[in-house]
Amino acid sequence: MKTRRIIKLSLVVASMSFAGASFAGGASGAMLGNTCAGCHGTNGNSLGPATPSIAGISKDYFVDTMQAYKKGERPATIMTRIAKGYSDGDIKQMATFFAGIKFKSGAQKADLAAAKRGKKIHKKYCEKCHENGGTSSEDDAGILAGQWKPYLQYTMADFQAGREMPKKMKKKMKALHKKKGDKGLNDLFEFYASRK
Amino acid sequence: MNKINRRSFIKTTTAVAATSTMATFSPFAIGGATKKVVIVGGGIGGVTAAKYIKMLDSKVDVTVIEPNKNYYTCFMSNEVLSGHRSIDSIRFGYDGLKKRGVNIVHDAVNAIDAKGQVVKTAGGKSFAYDRCIVSPGIDFKWDTIGGYDANVAESIPHAYKAGPQTVTLRKQLESMKDGGVFLMCPPPNPFRCPPGPYERASQIASYFKAKKPKSKILILDPKDKFSKFGLFMDGWKRHYGYGTDNSIIKWVKGAEGGKIESVDPKTKTVQGEMDPFKADVINIIPAQKAGKIAFVAGLTNDKGWCPIEGKTFESKKHKNIHVIGDSAVASPMPKSGYAANSQAKVCAAAVVALLNGGKTPHPSYVNTCYSVIAPGDGISVAMVYDYKDGKIVKVKGSGGLTGKYDKKTRAREEQYAHSWFNNITNDIFG
Repeated sequence: MKTRRIIKLSLVVASMSFAGASFAGGASGAMLGNTCAGCHGTNGNSLGPATPSIAGISKDYFVDTMQAYKKGERPATIMTRIAKGYSDGDIKQMATFFAGIKFKSGAQKADLAAAKRGKKIHKKYCEKCHENGGTSSEDDAGILAGQWKPYLQYTMADFQAGREMPKKMKKKMKALHKKKGDKGLNDLFEFYASRK
Repeated sequence: MNKINRRSFIKTTTAVAATSTMATFSPFAIGGATKKVVIVGGGIGGVTAAKYIKMLDSKVDVTVIEPNKNYYTCFMSNEVLSGHRSIDSIRFGYDGLKKRGVNIVHDAVNAIDAKGQVVKTAGGKSFAYDRCIVSPGIDFKWDTIGGYDANVAESIPHAYKAGPQTVTLRKQLESMKDGGVFLMCPPPNPFRCPPGPYERASQIASYFKAKKPKSKILILDPKDKFSKFGLFMDGWKRHYGYGTDNSIIKWVKGAEGGKIESVDPKTKTVQGEMDPFKADVINIIPAQKAGKIAFVAGLTNDKGWCPIEGKTFESKKHKNIHVIGDSAVASPMPKSGYAANSQAKVCAAAVVALLNGGKTPHPSYVNTCYSVIAPGDGISVAMVYDYKDGKIVKVKGSGGLTGKYDKKTRAREEQYAHSWFNNITNDIFG
């Protein structure tokens, strides 16, 4: 885990020199990123109820996600159509733009009793990669804490329907679902929704 | 010199004469330290531009001139008509802009002196500018339908500028007897929000289906096809029995008698090319053109819309004036709220660069437009645009429509439609 992070960090530093300037003739990260605001909120912090916030996520996670949409490898309603509008350079620009903005938790209701159970489930099954209670975007983990609940539900449903996931995640998910069932997953969503 | 140019020339010369006296009274007109932007119109385009100019450069002095205290979004107003949403939920004010240091003036602009760079209001005030952004939305071509005008529209609403008329139309639908006929006449192209009339029909059909199942919707359309055509047809079949004898919706295309000539408000009858149609509630959405001030300021072409340069949205008719939103000719972008919001950001970045003597940035634009056909059935169209060889162009391979019906996907699209509304309105007014 630790070594992986060090490698990732050095890669990020190496690519930083490209981050500020726009590619020759292309649009800047802010220009590109501002077009997302109508659905994902100003600067990528969504007011929900379903569209996810994309501020503060790691550059690699952003790039991987957009590339997966672009290639049609990740299921989506609209993002597979939109991601095709951007070059690899554009996507890197946007990734840098959103990685530089602080993620804000969505103001949503949560079942606190379920959230309490969900906290334990998170610790046991998810914390190792989604660190600090799911607030971390390090190691290319998606930010879970404070993310909009319907989005978390949709994403989980897609994973269960066969969307590709990291090997470790697949193993953990299987174990979680076997032991705690759908209720356990719901407790987990409530935990993330309750995080401010 | 064509008609419009001659008129605007006369306007301009008289305005110049007037400003030479006005200038001495304006404390802001002296010196060049603070750059001034005056924005005409407090709708989607104008408010977004004001906010993003302030976000990019808080030192720019920004004034928005708008007669109304509140703005009602046209998008989601169809959900007010169906009773799924309150009118208050689509009402927005200007406190967000005030907090950002934008001056809000509630007055009507009645002249723009392009040479003297001054905006003048009905209230007798003058506002000097370095750059002016005009975002007046649409106006109606009242003379295209006999018997229909702004007064008649109070009782036979267009409800295509959301607000009081949205409430009027909702009340009329609520008080209509079960078994009544709602008649809608959409406009010819081009017009604001191309899927709007058809989402409206869908929303009202969902209301009838739930509350007044014997009622019918008749659409008399001058066109033979419309936006998201296949998706609407498919949705109407699924939810409203379209194509059967029991269909809630009947759509008559232009080639088959959908064009209308006149309306008689007393008998609630619309005269088609061949037949008269009587209805209980009538909604006429007339043909459209750029907002009035665009004509007054000489910003329009012979088709009644404002030609612009796609990188900056600067008018092709007058320097230092930019036109964004429904009034602008920004094709291939549609006349939509998302397009206006996106154009405003490109324009804001260009204006800030020009004010500071910098190079205008390479633009990027998006349109994303949702329609809700029935509860749990949302659809969308999207497109990414780039700027190439002096033109706004679609990015090849991007965008397009929602795919074939899938219950799970459509339910998500409805949730994303409502998220879209929350986020875009906050991106504008927040």
